[in-house]
Amino acid sequence: MKREVPTSLAGTGKIVPAQPVSAAQTPSNELVHYVLHLYITGVTPNSTRAVINLKEICEHYLKDRYELLIIDLYQQPELASRDQIIAAPTLVRKHPQPLRRLVGDLSDRERVLASLGIASA
Amino acid sequence: MQTNHPPIPIPLRKTPTGIEGLDEITDGGLPQGRPTLVCGSAGCGKTLLAIEFLVRGIQQYDEPGVLMAFEETAEELSANVTSLGFDLPALQKAGKLRLDHVHVDRSEIEETGEYDLEGLFIRLGHAIDSIGARRVVLDTVEALFSGFPNQAVLRSEIRRLFRWLKDKGVTAVITAERGEGSLTRQGLEEYVSDCVILLDNRIQDQITTRRLRIVKYRGSTHGTNEYPYLIGEEGLSVLPVTSLKLGHDVSDRIVSSGIPALDGMFGLKGFYEGSSILIGGTAGTAKTTLAAAFAREVCLNKGRCLFFAFEESPRQLLRNMRSVGIDLEPCLEKDLLRIEASRPTLNGLERHLVTLHQLVRDFKPQAVVIDPISNLVSVGNLQEVRSMLTRLIDFLKVNGITALFTALINPRTGQVEMIEDAVSSLMDTWIMLRDLEGIGERNRGMSILKSRGMSHSNQVREFIVTGNGIELLDVIIGPTGIVTGSARLAQRLQEQAQADAHQHELDRKDRELERKRRVLEATIANLRTEFESVEDELRRINQEEQTRQPTLPEGKKTLPSGPASGAGKTTRRKGR
Repeated sequence: MKREVPTSLAGTGKIVPAQPVSAAQTPSNELVHYVLHLYITGVTPNSTRAVINLKEICEHYLKDRYELLIIDLYQQPELASRDQIIAAPTLVRKHPQPLRRLVGDLSDRERVLASLGIASA
Repeated sequence: MQTNHPPIPIPLRKTPTGIEGLDEITDGGLPQGRPTLVCGSAGCGKTLLAIEFLVRGIQQYDEPGVLMAFEETAEELSANVTSLGFDLPALQKAGKLRLDHVHVDRSEIEETGEYDLEGLFIRLGHAIDSIGARRVVLDTVEALFSGFPNQAVLRSEIRRLFRWLKDKGVTAVITAERGEGSLTRQGLEEYVSDCVILLDNRIQDQITTRRLRIVKYRGSTHGTNEYPYLIGEEGLSVLPVTSLKLGHDVSDRIVSSGIPALDGMFGLKGFYEGSSILIGGTAGTAKTTLAAAFAREVCLNKGRCLFFAFEESPRQLLRNMRSVGIDLEPCLEKDLLRIEASRPTLNGLERHLVTLHQLVRDFKPQAVVIDPISNLVSVGNLQEVRSMLTRLIDFLKVNGITALFTALINPRTGQVEMIEDAVSSLMDTWIMLRDLEGIGERNRGMSILKSRGMSHSNQVREFIVTGNGIELLDVIIGPTGIVTGSARLAQRLQEQAQADAHQHELDRKDRELERKRRVLEATIANLRTEFESVEDELRRINQEEQTRQPTLPEGKKTLPSGPASGAGKTTRRKGR
């Protein structure tokens, strides 16, 4: 809990821990609303890549219909246990059900899309 | 404190586990601040060992602990160990224990690129820091392999995890499943190199025995044997094969065998308190009866006695012993006697041993009877029985409990159905019962083979089981040695006859003497009568003589000159 906050984190402006980065306000009629939690560990290369990759995907495929929460485990270690996080980074699809966990830096886009249930077309 | 000595290298520090027996064979516990691998197949009690390590650490050494469970949830684990008296929720509430269930589900996890297990590290680190844990358990960390397909990452991360645990300075226990041909399925032993404990669940003749072995322990001496261990009602107990030292106190007090005549065969009239006594004998030589007599004697002296019956049920034992005048019922009622009856095959040897340990601890008996030990061979092989007995006897001796064992002897070989010397060397007193067969009958004979620390009779005594218990008969020595049974009766009759004849002879001689005395007395009386009559006659003559004497001069005076007349007078008197 008392871990030092990675100094560069706040400066990036991309990641605000435990804060919804973007919340879609306009629910599309047919399209499903996504709730995604991304657990990262500071500014490790994997974590940074994951954040970049996820943002790209969200903006590209889920524009305005997603809610993304990025959690830095170093700052909120108690959440790791609560949310059953083992690997880092881990993306958890909270909604739609069923719950899915995607581990890794999300660079395998095909797989990410398939796992999230997003049609790549 | 400053000393002038050169600095002594600090020996490996150890964390006592608090698990019965384990600290003895590891010479103090697990390596402090290092991970220990506990591996074993399913059902070995790995998790139990790990949890007990934590719980005892909290209870006995005030070292908080973290349990990271990969297979069972916190609720399941708590429920599982409640029966052992471990209250995990209470410990959690007291802030001494953290339970963290790591849920690994392959179907939920998708790999989408590079990752590490930092999440696990953070969880663990957080749990450790939040309660200041000194002990950590990772219960089957291998479960990760089922969740994450990338072996290379996993392996390097697990290696990193163990390194990290060391840096954290926590004493960790990592459990792992036993693999084919290797200690663990995933080869974790490569990463944990400080201490590896192997648990083994072996089935032999349909009976399971659990064994523990310390495969390695870097930087420390440790017992290298396989040690049986048990999961009992109070957790795990590892039984050192032999007690580590023969340093128990001894008592000079004597306990009676319950049979006065048997006591009489011992120089100090009984057994030493706290000694071990073996009653060996062929079938039907009243071994159990002797044992029961001893048990009752202990109870009559207000002692407690624990009776392990491996052949008879308690009721049967009571009935049978009542029939020979040994009534154990009052002892049972006063709770001085406890009969623990079970078939030896019901449990493995170790279970029997642990049952005994527990009963002894609860009941605190002064004496323990095991009837018979030879039956235990049906459970294990000779060596196992021997090692169990060694442990048992050591345990009882250390506690100052007199132990009486009976053992069946194979009538064909005449040997105890066990390695005789092994048992013998453990026993302080050895009473041998045997059939004395001859002239168409069997009789029971009893002799003392040995009795450490006191003199004993060298005779083979015949004994009979009567309605009043066991009676030792006096030694009767016939022309060919000690005689028994009907030969003894015959010998006795013969002796009786001889004695009678001798008495007759004496009587006859007495009567003869009496007769002779009477004859002599009669003769004496006769002689006396004769003597009296003679004396009487003589006295009369004498008297007459005296009366005549004065008349003579008178006669002479009247007839002074007539000698013829004087002569005529004299003649006349004489003629009267």
